[in-house]
Amino acid sequence: MDEASAQGPINREEEKDDPLIIVKDLHKSYRRGAQKLTVLTGVNLSIPEAQYVVFIGPSGSGKTTLLNLIAGIDKPDKGKIIIAGVDISTLDESRLSKWRARHVGFIFQFYNLIPVLTAYENVELPLLLTHLSKKERKKHVLAALKVTGILDRAFHFPAQLSGGQQQRVAIARAIVTDPTIIVADEPTGDLDKDSAAQILDLLNYLNRELGKTIVMVTHDPRAAKRARKVYVLDKGILRDQYENDLSWT
Amino acid sequence: MNLLKYIARNTFRHKLRTSLTVLGMAIVVLAYCLLRTVVAAWYAGVEASSPNRLITRNAVSLIFPLPISYLNRIREVPGVEAVSYGRWFGGIYINEKNFFPQFAIDADHYLDLYPEFIIPEKQLEAFKKDRRGCIAGRLIARKYGWKVGDTITIRGTIFPGTWDFILRGIYHGIDRGTDESQFFFHWDYLNESLKKTMPIRADHVGWFVVKIKDVSQAAEISRKIDALFQNSLAETLTETEKAFQMGFVSMTEAIVVAIKIISYVVIGIILVVLSNTMAMTARERTREYGVLKTLGFQEGFLFKLIIGESLFIAVTGGILGIILSFPAARIFAKSLETFFPIFNLSAKTLLSGLLAATLVGFLSGIFPSIRASRTSIVDSLGHVG
Ligand SMILES: Nc1ncnc2c1ncn2[C@@H]1O[C@H](COP(=O)(O)OP(=O)(O)OP(=O)(O)O)[C@@H](O)[C@H]1O
Ligand SMILES: [Mg+2]
Repeated sequence: MDEASAQGPINREEEKDDPLIIVKDLHKSYRRGAQKLTVLTGVNLSIPEAQYVVFIGPSGSGKTTLLNLIAGIDKPDKGKIIIAGVDISTLDESRLSKWRARHVGFIFQFYNLIPVLTAYENVELPLLLTHLSKKERKKHVLAALKVTGILDRAFHFPAQLSGGQQQRVAIARAIVTDPTIIVADEPTGDLDKDSAAQILDLLNYLNRELGKTIVMVTHDPRAAKRARKVYVLDKGILRDQYENDLSWT
Repeated sequence: MNLLKYIARNTFRHKLRTSLTVLGMAIVVLAYCLLRTVVAAWYAGVEASSPNRLITRNAVSLIFPLPISYLNRIREVPGVEAVSYGRWFGGIYINEKNFFPQFAIDADHYLDLYPEFIIPEKQLEAFKKDRRGCIAGRLIARKYGWKVGDTITIRGTIFPGTWDFILRGIYHGIDRGTDESQFFFHWDYLNESLKKTMPIRADHVGWFVVKIKDVSQAAEISRKIDALFQNSLAETLTETEKAFQMGFVSMTEAIVVAIKIISYVVIGIILVVLSNTMAMTARERTREYGVLKTLGFQEGFLFKLIIGESLFIAVTGGILGIILSFPAARIFAKSLETFFPIFNLSAKTLLSGLLAATLVGFLSGIFPSIRASRTSIVDSLGHVG
């Protein structure tokens, strides 16, 4: 597809033990007028392949900012983000764009489906950036909709779906390109308890059965419990980390 | 799913807003086409003029006549193939509103110099034989319900009295650019009458029409003709028919310029309207553009998406406007036929209307596209639209 992905997971066999995601001394601040707001101050972490991590912490602690940086939709002031061997903080706008298309699947709190496109078309959207034929795209889209259990609503528009159903479509869109990592910012934040539980089940399924690497941000303690590893963020630094016992699930 | 489908769906998201904008564009293109056609109608006489005809008139002003005696001297100028003459009559048919140009002409030759007026052979013969005969263009004959053989009474203004003419022929134009609203009768008829009533005004013509063999000699022949009458009581000014017609148009040039300006202003107005619509539309979709960028779509895609929609609206409106301009032009032509005997929508006008619409569509999409591509993903996603 392009150089960015060519530089991608090339030597993965040899570097099997290397973490998939390495974040080194990450700094980020935002400027609001004359004021400078420091959000992240020297975050370090590494996430192995097929891991399921969650960032928790108080509001404004920088969880979304960290997630955005790992997902390549924002740029750090300082530090490195190495994903599958590529330091994405050095990529220019266009390469980063191609990198995201190839390597990252996004799940948002408010689903962010395109309202004028059907569920099917929303899921097909990221595949338009690949060289797949229409027929091949169809195969992938249907498979993704099947995995997320929303195949029967394939030709509904977002407005005709419930929140939980929309989030399933969004998850199908996130996995349809078979990305290297899936990032999710409060994916259950806008859902009722039952729908949220179903979405969390789905994410667990993706991680455990399909080996997807998931990085999630959440406020919801129930959601945090479902991840393998939890990072606690506070005022822009990693305060704590622990592993969950998932044997009960 | 493809880009076009996506654009089409976006276009119909706000049906009312889109319909109104399309309608606005249609009205603007319609107005533009009509205004440009008015401008073209203004120049119809210039357009219809023949390069091998010269007009010799009084150097002081067109309102001063020339003696008929000049005829033979002009005819002798080398390069001149034929000469004829006419005189403006300026009478009123029933009332002042019924305006059409009336010319007292050299019945035997004048029409030979105007091959664009097509008259049946028999009618022309009948006209030539009848001193009180006249010929009318198809447009006015139809308008006033004249048939060959009818008596047409015209009240003179420049030449007082009531004049009766017998319609001997009806001409039609060789193409859509030919004026079919003229009225011709015998100069001899006018002249004989003048000899009795106003002998000083007799034996004069308004202008001579000179047919030349070689178009490239026009300037040279004009100079020679004018040289003949230098220092005479009535000096002449000879110019090509085109320059002569242009002289009429330039008298009213300010109006033409004003109409042209208005035709651009209406385009400017729709540019502002569509730009505003597109800016509003794009602002509402900021979040969506952020999502698209997150998924890996780049600036080019956003440009195509936004400009595509803008073009879609503009061109649809443009085409609608062009379709509407056909009936509108017919109505316009009908009600203004005395002012604009030639009022034809030209392909060039329609095409320039469509081109203007396309350009407006393109320009209106640019600013929101730039804005959408400049806004960072993080800011776009945070946008509550
Ligand atoms: N694009 C931005 N421009 C300016 N300031 C920003 C921007 N994004 C985030 N911030 C600020 O950075 C700080 C951290 O924001 P962030 O969204 O990362 O927090 P968070 O931990 O995700 O909070 P929450 O739990 O409320 O979502 C906040 O004070 C926020 O106001
Ligand atoms: Mg957040």
